[in-house]
This record gives sequence, structure tokens and C-alpha cells, in this order.
Amino acid sequence: MNELLRRMLFLPEQASDYARQVDGLHYFIIITTMIAAAGVFATAIFFFVRYRRRADTDLTPHVAPRTIHEVVFVGLPLGLFLVWFAIGFPQYAKLSLPPKDAMDVYVQGKKWMWKFAYPGGPNAIDTLRVPVGRPVRLLITSRDVIHSFYVPALRVKMDALPGRYTQSWFKAEKPGRYEIFCAEYCGLGHSAMLGELVVMPQEEFDTWIAEQRRGANAVAQDAGPSGERALPAANVAEEGRRIASEQGCMKCHSVDGTRHIGPTWVDLYLRQEKLKDGKSVVADEGYLTKSMMDPAADIVAGYQNVMPTYQGKLSPPEVAAVVEYIKTLKTQAVRSGPSEGPVYESIPRPQ
Amino acid sequence: MNPSLARSEVPVWNPRNYLNSPETGLRSWLLTQDHKRIGVMFLVATTIAFAIGGIFALLIRIELLTPGPTIMSAQTYNRMFTLHGVVMIFLFMIPAIPSGFGNFLVPLMIGAKDVAFPRLNLLSFYVYLAGAVIALFGMVQGGADTGWTFYTPYSTTTITKVVPVLLGAFILGFSSILTGLNFIVTTHTMRAPGLTWTRLPLFVWSIYATSVIQILATPVLGMSLLLVAVEHAFGWGIFDPARGGDPVLFQHFFWFYSHPAVYIMVLPAMAVISEVVCAFSRKNIFGYKAVAYSSLGIAFVGFFTWGHHMFVSGQSAFNGGVFGVLSMFVGIFTAIKVFNWTATLYKGSILFATPFAYFVGFLFFLVFGGMTGIALATVSLDVHWHDTYFIVAHFHFIMVGATLMAFLAALHYWFPKIAGKRLPEGWGLVAAVMIILGFNFTFIPQFLLGNEGMPRRYFSYPEKFWPLNVASTAGASVLAMGLVIVLVYTLVALKWGPVAGANPWNSRGFEWNTPSPPPPENYETTPVYTHGPHEYDLPGVETPPAATPEPKHAS
Repeated sequence: MNELLRRMLFLPEQASDYARQVDGLHYFIIITTMIAAAGVFATAIFFFVRYRRRADTDLTPHVAPRTIHEVVFVGLPLGLFLVWFAIGFPQYAKLSLPPKDAMDVYVQGKKWMWKFAYPGGPNAIDTLRVPVGRPVRLLITSRDVIHSFYVPALRVKMDALPGRYTQSWFKAEKPGRYEIFCAEYCGLGHSAMLGELVVMPQEEFDTWIAEQRRGANAVAQDAGPSGERALPAANVAEEGRRIASEQGCMKCHSVDGTRHIGPTWVDLYLRQEKLKDGKSVVADEGYLTKSMMDPAADIVAGYQNVMPTYQGKLSPPEVAAVVEYIKTLKTQAVRSGPSEGPVYESIPRPQ
Repeated sequence: MNPSLARSEVPVWNPRNYLNSPETGLRSWLLTQDHKRIGVMFLVATTIAFAIGGIFALLIRIELLTPGPTIMSAQTYNRMFTLHGVVMIFLFMIPAIPSGFGNFLVPLMIGAKDVAFPRLNLLSFYVYLAGAVIALFGMVQGGADTGWTFYTPYSTTTITKVVPVLLGAFILGFSSILTGLNFIVTTHTMRAPGLTWTRLPLFVWSIYATSVIQILATPVLGMSLLLVAVEHAFGWGIFDPARGGDPVLFQHFFWFYSHPAVYIMVLPAMAVISEVVCAFSRKNIFGYKAVAYSSLGIAFVGFFTWGHHMFVSGQSAFNGGVFGVLSMFVGIFTAIKVFNWTATLYKGSILFATPFAYFVGFLFFLVFGGMTGIALATVSLDVHWHDTYFIVAHFHFIMVGATLMAFLAALHYWFPKIAGKRLPEGWGLVAAVMIILGFNFTFIPQFLLGNEGMPRRYFSYPEKFWPLNVASTAGASVLAMGLVIVLVYTLVALKWGPVAGANPWNSRGFEWNTPSPPPPENYETTPVYTHGPHEYDLPGVETPPAATPEPKHAS
């Protein structure tokens, strides 16, 4: 029954017990609404036929309601509505009271990506990994405008407000991958601000988070006094590609030459770029690094100042790795012209 | 064609009417103080706005035919849906019925020669034009990309031309306030002798309730739009937390106006429907007082429900509950009206003419739009539906569906009074069926898209949302064709339509007591009322005797 109604109403999977409860209310409302509406319309159609006009000067009796009519007209729907509310409101209240043993995840929205940070350091862009069967409390904020964290499969949504934290929670019961949308309009990349919720078995999650912690510690330990960390030379470009996709660079910069929200990276290295203020610049290592640290400084003509800064978020070797990666994106053509104007298209999900 | 419409007597065209006297020149129209001419000018202007907003809607639907880019860029798309909302709400739905039909009909119904402040009435029209021109200038300059809700801090940091669009909406608010003020004073002071409050036509009751909301809520909108414009232009920190402001404050301000604004749009629609249902079932309204007072109830409770737009904005669960319950009370007042309209049909004499077809459409959209609204007010379901296509479909059903049905019902019902000509019944029913079905095929898929989880204002979408989006666009094209048919036959009927006569529908609404089109002063002698409108239990109250031949080109 649940499955049939869920499919008829096009509802997404139910990844939690809460989702199943909300859907239960949904079915109850749909069924009672349909019965009530059918009653009203059946009565109306009966009247259309029974009392159709015979002559244009027909006289009709003066019918006035008795008090009982109005009491019924008010009482019936009010009773029904309050029953709905009595089911729905406790669900909403529950959603605002996370259990004490919940695991915390900090969620930060910004144009146009989601950043998830776990206590102890590990963090991820656009992919939220959680263990199955464990309550997760989300502490949500935004860096720029209002976003809204929305997981249809959980029937959970909460606005991400700049300058303050909101909270919500869920307990995913079914391992799997679920979509995360931004539900509050936030500009050009609003519909591309997609994420993924990965619900994994507890052991897998523990392994993953331990790996992340080790990785973070390794960075801290390897970082010498100069803040440098040696990367295996052959892998630098490969490492750069990994960092770039993790940090969400590919949401705006293409690596196949197609035009996008930001200039394409193909043949970018040493390209003569025309800037907004009329000057032009050669995209060398210096310019590329500066663009990551202070994106607003030199905007390429025809593009908007929408890129967030990566100052303090990428370590110098990581920046170098990304630059190395960009350097490998060369086509056979001898030279290429300056960037063309931007087009905004649907952005493929990173696999 | 319905043979019962045939008459033996020849209908009369009133030779000295407001269209040709005292003068006919353009100047006499532009400087007129006649409420009927101002009403007609509002109807023309709002219809043009409706056409512009409709074109934006079609472009949006075409863009959403495929998951990726179809005909425009994301930037253009964002501007399109903003302009669609701004034009449809501020330029069409808010003024269309009160300022258009209300202006024309309220004085006729209450037996007055004009509204209380005729010059203020004309000013209201020019303020409307000024606001429209400034908003259009903003659109030509590139347009805003914030959505019609102008949520901060996005709206105060965007690089698009928000300020002219905001100022346009700000100025339009004054037009709304002036018209509302005029109707309130008119209803209080200019009722003809014998027209007590309990004999007042329900149209006037509803327009009166609308006017109260207009003058109480619109200043709040003006204030909040101005604050956004100030923050955008001068960088003062009011709403942007980066500059020390509060990001949610704007939502409170905005919805304090914009939720009652929904009733500014729906109450006039209910006004029209209360008249149409009586006239076409030849019955007195069932529960006059219940229908009249529920309008005031909606106007009052509508001010205490704004928080239901903010269930996921981080407000406390307690607030959520209070706003949820209060929202249900608005639903109760609407339910009272629905039941009373349906009960009015009992023992009536029902003529299924075009305005009545739109009444049926109205009832359908109001019931399902209203019930989905109550479902949203259960709070927990809103968390899933908030900012998805479910909301889009819900407010299009209740606001647009109801208002559009009522606008078209009013057009078909009162066109013989306004223009003195008849609209073709056959084409009218064909168009009504297309519009009602097209509207359903446009928005029922959107309810399902919302269930599936598609957020609103999405330029591109995952492929699983594709089939329902195609269905919605297909429905929109049927809806558009239906509306074009209405436009064409209305323009044709203006010139070539058969003469209607004073009262072609044999209605006992008071406005039909004048010849068609009405003379400039409405009534030569002030009428004296001895009974309420739409009392069909005594013979021979229709004056003057109705007479009209069967329309020649109908069907």
C-alpha cells in the first residue's frame, strides 16, 4: 500500500523512518481531500442536472440556511484540519529536537557548493557520508546568501542562513546514495548546487573517517617549517585533478574546452587573457595562483565576479598541484584565442 | 446554442452612454473622472500586462522542455521568472479585478453616480502607469534576477538592475492604496437610500474587505522594498549580515504584506463568483451573512499567517505551530464560502453559460488549491514541499486559477454591460474548456514534480524530472491557445457583436438596472432599494424588461 501510493504520487524513496511517517500523513490527507472534494463536486453536478434552467424567467424559492448548516459547514472542515495538524505538528516538532547522541556535521552552503565538516577535522565538498542507523545533527550556515539544504529522500529541508546557524537532524535507515538539492534560489548556479548523501554501513564509515583523519594528520606532520609537503613528482598533476574535483572547481571550469560559468582550463596556461578593466594578462603560474587566492582581483572580460577565494583552504603544495594539472590541459592546436563569453549550462554531476 | 436565450423583443443600445458622452476624443478619456472609463482603462492596461506576463511564462515553460539549456542562458532564465512574477502579481492580479471591474461596478451596484473621490481615482490610474513604466524600464535595462520575492541578502548583492523594479513595485503600491481608500469611503458614504449593509451586494462586501487589506498591508511592502533598494544602492547594513544586518528580517516584512496580498487577489475573485453563482442559478445566496462576514474574516486572519512561509527558515517549532493553526482558520473561511456557493445551487434554475463554466473552474481550483494549502499548514509536510514545484503549483491553483477564472467569468458576465455587446456563447464555452483543462495539465504535473523533490527556480534539472516537465509545457500551450481565442472574440465582439440590451442574463443584480452601456451619470434619479440583490422569489423585478435576440455568430 505504502509502495503503491508512493509511486502514484511520485514521491522519492524513503530513506528514514521519519520520511515514512510524513508520507503516511501525506496519504491520509490526499485520501480525505479526495473524498471531501468528490462530495462537493458530486453535489454540485447533481444540482446542475436536477435544477437546470427551464425558462429564463423561472422563479426560485428563497432558501435561507439554518444555524445547523453553518455549524456543519464550519465544524466538519475544522475538525478535519485539526486532525491533520495534530498528526503533522508533532512530526515537525520532532524534527527540531535532535537526539542527544546524534553525530554532528557542520554544513556550509556557498555559491554554489556544499561543504561538510566533521568534528576532528575531516571535511568534504558536496558529498555527505553518514553511517546508517545513527542520528546525525546538521549545523547549517551559509557564507554568502541564503541557501537551503534539502534531501528529498529524507523529507528534510533547512535554510542555510549567512551569519547564523540553523539545525536539523535525520537518521538514515537505508544505505544508498541520495540527492542533495539547494532549495532556496541563490543565483546563476542555483540548479547546479547539487550534492550527494552517501549512507554507508557503520564499519565502512569508520574506516573512511579514520582514513580522513590520518590524511589530515599526515598533512599536518609532513608540513615542514616552510609549510611544504613533498608530493611524488609523477603524481602532481593527478593530485591536482583530484583536488580540483574535490574542491568543486569543475562546477564552473570545464576541462574539455566547453564554455561555462568560469573560463575553461583547456589551453589556459600561458593564454593571453583580456581582463574586465581592458588590460590583458598572461595566465602563467603567478596569475593562476593569484586567481585562486584573490579571484576578484583580475576578472576575465565577459565573466562575473562569482568565484570564492581559496585562501587558507588550499595549502601551497595543493595550489601548485592544481596549477600543474592546468598545465597538462593542452590541446594540439598551436595557439588559442582569448576566452569567449560565458554560457551557463547544466553542470554534469561529478562522478 | 441555448434556445432559452432567444427573446421576442429587440434589444436596445443605449444611445447616450459613458463611451460617447460627454465627449469621445482621446483627451476626454485621458482626463476623465468617470469611474466607468477609469475602470475600462484599468482593464485594458491590466490585460496588456497579463499578455506580457503570459509570454514570459511561455518562455519559461519552453526553456524547461529539456533538462539542460534549451533556448536561453541561466542568467536570462533567472530574469524571466522574476519578471513573470512581478508583472503577473503587481501589474495584473492585484489591480485587475478591484481597479478594473470594481471601479466599473461598485458605484453602479450601490446606486451612486461615481466613486467618492473621482480625481483620486484618475490619479490611481496614472500612478499605476508610472509604476508600470518604471518597472518596464528596469526590465529593458536588464531586469532583476531575484525572483518576485526579492529575498535578501541575494537581492541586495546581485549585480542586476533591482532598484528600478523595486521602485516600480513601490509606486504601484500607491495606486493600490488610493483605490482601496476610495472604495472604503464610497461604500460607507454613497450607498443609495434603502441599501443597508445587509442588502449590499456580496461583490461590494468582498471588494470592501480587499480595500481594507490594501490600505493596511501595502505600506509595509513599500517600506520593505524601499529598505532593499537602499541597501542595494548605498550598501547600508539592514538585511545583509556581512554588513551587520538580519537576513531573515526581510522575510517577515515581505510576507506580512505578501500573504495578505494573496487575499487582495483572491477576495475580488470571490466577489465576482458570489455574483455569478446567483445570477446563473437564479437564486438568492445561501447564507448571505456567512459569505459576507467570511470575507472580513479572511481579511483579518490573513494578517496573522505570514510565518507559514518561513517554516524552514529556522524559526522555533512553537512559532511554526501557531502560524500553522492560524493558516487553517483562513481555510475555514474559504470552506464556508465554498459550501455556501454550492448550496446556493439547490432549487435554483441553472443556466450553463460561459460565466457559469468559469464558476465551475473556479470552484475546482479553489477546492484543490485550498486543500493543498491546508496540507502545507500541517507544517511537517511543508518541510518537504517548501520551495519545490509543489508550492509553485499550489499558489498557481489558488491564486492564479481562482483569480483568472473569476476575471474571465467577470469579463463574460459583465461585457454586455460594459460594451453593450454580446460575446459568442459557443466560442466562449470552447475557450473555457481549453483554459480549464490546459491549466490543470500545466499544474497537476507540477504538484507531482514537487512531490518528487524538484526545487523551484531551477534552470536545469536532473533527467528524472523530464517527463513531467514536458507534460506541464504541453498543458501551458493549450492554456495559451484558449486565452488567445478569448482575446480574439472579445476584440471582434467589441465592433461586430450583437447588441446586448440592458439585461441579457435576466439578472437581478443591481448593476443591471441601468441601460447598456450605462449613461455617464449611471442613474438619472437616485434609485431607492427595497430589497437585496438576486432575489428571485417574486415575479417581475427585472427592470427594464430584458430583451435580446439570439446572438448571430455564436458557436
